[in-house]
Amino acid sequence: MDILKKVPVREQDAKVRATNFEEVCYGYNVREAQEEAARCLKCKNAKCMGGCPVSIDIPGFIREVEAGDFEAAANVIAEASALPAVCGRVCPQESQCEGKCIRGIKGEPISIGKLERFVADWSRENGFVPKVAAQKNGRRVAVVGSGPAGLTCAGDLAKLGYDVTIFEALHEPGGVLTYGIPEFRLPKETVVRTEIENVKKLGVRIETDVIIGKSVTIDELMEEEGYEAVFIGSGAGLPKFMGIPGENANGVFSANEYLTRSNLMKAFRDDYDTPIVAGSKVAVVGGGNVAMDAARTALRLGARVYIVYRRSEAELPARVEEVHHAKEEGVEFHLLTNPVEILTDEKGWVTGMIVRKMELGEPDESGRRRPVEVPGSDYTIEVDTVIMSLGTSPNPLISSTTEGLEINRRKCIVAEAQNGQTSRPGVFAGGDAVTGAATVILAMEAGKHGAKGIHEYLSGKSC
Amino acid sequence: MYRILEARELAEKIFLMEVEAPRVAKACQPGEFVIVKMDEKGERIPLTICDYNRESGTVTIVFQIVGASTKRMAELKEGDAFQDFVGPLGRPSDFVSEDFEKVRGRRYLFVAGGVGTAPVYPQVKWMRAHGIEADVIVGAKTKDLLILEEEMEKVAGNLYITTDDGSYKRKGMVTEVIRDLVENQGKHYDICVAIGPMIMMKFVCLLTKELQLPTIVSMNPVMVDGTGMCGACRLSVGKEVKFACVDGPEFDGHLVDFDEAMKRQRIYKTEEGRAMLRMQEGATHHGGCGNCG
Repeated sequence: MDILKKVPVREQDAKVRATNFEEVCYGYNVREAQEEAARCLKCKNAKCMGGCPVSIDIPGFIREVEAGDFEAAANVIAEASALPAVCGRVCPQESQCEGKCIRGIKGEPISIGKLERFVADWSRENGFVPKVAAQKNGRRVAVVGSGPAGLTCAGDLAKLGYDVTIFEALHEPGGVLTYGIPEFRLPKETVVRTEIENVKKLGVRIETDVIIGKSVTIDELMEEEGYEAVFIGSGAGLPKFMGIPGENANGVFSANEYLTRSNLMKAFRDDYDTPIVAGSKVAVVGGGNVAMDAARTALRLGARVYIVYRRSEAELPARVEEVHHAKEEGVEFHLLTNPVEILTDEKGWVTGMIVRKMELGEPDESGRRRPVEVPGSDYTIEVDTVIMSLGTSPNPLISSTTEGLEINRRKCIVAEAQNGQTSRPGVFAGGDAVTGAATVILAMEAGKHGAKGIHEYLSGKSC
Repeated sequence: MYRILEARELAEKIFLMEVEAPRVAKACQPGEFVIVKMDEKGERIPLTICDYNRESGTVTIVFQIVGASTKRMAELKEGDAFQDFVGPLGRPSDFVSEDFEKVRGRRYLFVAGGVGTAPVYPQVKWMRAHGIEADVIVGAKTKDLLILEEEMEKVAGNLYITTDDGSYKRKGMVTEVIRDLVENQGKHYDICVAIGPMIMMKFVCLLTKELQLPTIVSMNPVMVDGTGMCGACRLSVGKEVKFACVDGPEFDGHLVDFDEAMKRQRIYKTEEGRAMLRMQEGATHHGGCGNCG
């Protein structure tokens, strides 16, 4: 074994998996996990922990994995995270914990994500639920949204003894973990549902089908229903479109719609009622993780799929692993290419998309080189379906119905990073509703900070 | 679970159900809608609110069988339950939040077509409860498809009923009644609210544009989540793209691009659309969209 290299993880063959919704990555088995754990230097001043938004004691749990005490490892992780099976799968470890790993200076870093996933999967398969003692204090806190921010905040508050209710607008809890990230990256029944059940085992209640701002307002929750504090983790919001001609044609979807139909409504399964337009030739516009998810979903529904992205490969915002998987499975990339117009037939159905070549100019405010149009370079791609994956803008349902809740220029809720405090006393917020679309783990970090902020706020306030 | 307290067939393929949903009943206003989901594998179906009772915590919905999902839903009986019943969604009608003196000073004309009578009812009822007598036109294909006549009679100022085939009361389209009231009977209206099939709303708007009568319509496009997340319900209003679920469902009818909206609705509706879906979706389209029949 080469100490400088990660123990490789087994994956479903690219050609086979491109036709099914089974999970791509199989994860480590016991032997592989212990072998990988043995590579860890168990640094005293562990840099990896500084790279983890929720500060998991990484060398601590890896030590237990190496020793074969997986229950102890699960307990170490549980102190910091309520969603290890999710994070082990979808965190961008390469730019966080693994990016800081000392082992990684001269070789490959420790496969921290895969080890975290191993511990979580082992716990689930062996029916082990980390014990967290909590003295109930009877004080009520409401959490808006059951995505990664809300679940983390609720879990942390429950561990501190609070009586927590999560309100979820959709019929299933989980937020983006349920409606957004596809089955083949994050299995719903096993992984997502189990982690939500574990949060419920901490005493958290989840009320689905409640739209805060519509079914009940934040003010009503606090004044009429006895909640002393509220955490808003309502997520990213409304999909953006480009504003080009033909965008309302039949066959143009937002990635949100496409993924929601497939993931939440399970349209890819014969036994569910909701339909989805699979498309035979699909262009996905955008280069983020959501674009990769939509592209790989369309591929699995039987389409030939193109990613259309206006910058070059180096600027793709998606994780390297996702881009790599998409390519392996056969997604074709049209880079430095930007849509100009969507073509339709007389009945309003998509028949193609005119795109324009781009080249990279000077860096813009995001630090990435700005794409500049190449004149006279238009050409047409023949497609019958276009999926727009251009990010989202905040949902106004809560900010417009909560008096005194400050929002910024981009219409995101203004909240302090360290404790989630908003302009309204007792109201805290975090995750995409505050930052705009980001990652699962950053939302979890915000949920953690929000729980800390609420605890400090309520500790200083008598019952 | 949301228990069904009453379920009855109002007319052929049109059903009314009173459902226990305290949060929705407490919060809802005229103009808003709900999304229901029968069971685990069902679709999310947007439906207009026909009535609500804040004391008993119940909401009344009316729907028509248009496809497999609504057909399955029509089989639900008193005592059964919906797995999900979420709302209220959308924005209330403008008059709910406008300066009341202004609202009271206006002459309202409501135009309801077919199942569209259901969402018009709570608006007219609101008017009556606030001492405003509004004129109401209800159009139905034929006498047997007319719904909520008695209820509407109680809350409307003048009620004009018309059937396409002349089998009951007046004969003809709702547009003919509007023209008759305005041009022959010297009626003056400040605002028209038209709710019904898209094609009806389109023609009402063409007429009221000519009559210079501001008109509000309620759009019912394809939807998934109903909270602004998916964008399936987008439509062109003036030069802007709007989401019916969070920006609507009510819009200035003179600005709505009905032709585009009807094309979009046909994704699942026409023979061609269905064939297209069979081709594109293969086994994944199984007739359950509620639109393809």
